[in-house]
Amino acid sequence: MVVTRRVEFSASHVCRSPELSEEENRRLFGAAANPHGHGHNYVVDVSLEGDPDPVTGMVLDLKELKEILNREIVEPYDHRFLNYEVPPFDHVVPTAENIAQDIWKRLEPHFLNGRRRLRSVRVYETPDLFVDFCGGQPCFG
Amino acid sequence: MFRVTRRYVFAASHRLHSPELSEEENRHVYGKCNRPYGHGHNYEVEVSAGGPVDAATGQALDVASLDQLVREQVLEPFGYRNLNADVEAFRGVAPTSENLGVEICRRLKQNWNAAFPGEWPRLEKVRIAETPRNIFEIRADEIE
Repeated sequence: MVVTRRVEFSASHVCRSPELSEEENRRLFGAAANPHGHGHNYVVDVSLEGDPDPVTGMVLDLKELKEILNREIVEPYDHRFLNYEVPPFDHVVPTAENIAQDIWKRLEPHFLNGRRRLRSVRVYETPDLFVDFCGGQPCFG
Repeated sequence: MFRVTRRYVFAASHRLHSPELSEEENRHVYGKCNRPYGHGHNYEVEVSAGGPVDAATGQALDVASLDQLVREQVLEPFGYRNLNADVEAFRGVAPTSENLGVEICRRLKQNWNAAFPGEWPRLEKVRIAETPRNIFEIRADEIE
């Protein structure tokens, strides 16, 4: 069974790679490479997979999940300029792919034991563009 | 591995009518979708592709390249069109969202290598919503 909880944060970023030329950055990232950055209302869907506890009927305690997501995602990311304020984005381009991977790294240690495991992190940069990261495995379904 | 999904919208009209069925059977099977002058939808199409992140760009997919491919293969040929009258694939074939999803996926798959010449990213699936409540998904490996 898969349980998904959603959190949102608002942040600014600039997408440009120091390994690429100005022209390549412009071609690749377009307006997202504008040097002073821009912002999004990010939406993150975190999915956990497991069997419900026979006594509680729950895969996991959603209050506990809410606290973990607030602590690991909302508090560090919300109302920040990712490139300047949220490592590793001082040296990693804060694309939706890299944000999804960073969120996975922050969350995974909380779900290594017990009856549920982290299944996927979905990051919506806008309603029209989102990325799924499933811990390096292909995402099924 | 990452899966990147991009959402597109186009508006088109269609009429569900199969030449293999009688008038009465068409009315019975398709109901109001068979009314003779057709009707329209705001179709929402989600295209998903998978692959590893490029170390230099931090991206698994170049969104601008996907936008161009979808614009050429889907939005321009289908947007503001009558699918039965304007799209060759639906001459004599009912433009159900199943068939439309297959046609979109087929067009993207056939032109994928020209837009993305490398090993990655790979087209994974197409999801089409005819209305917010009628949604169809097709995996790229299900079709030619």
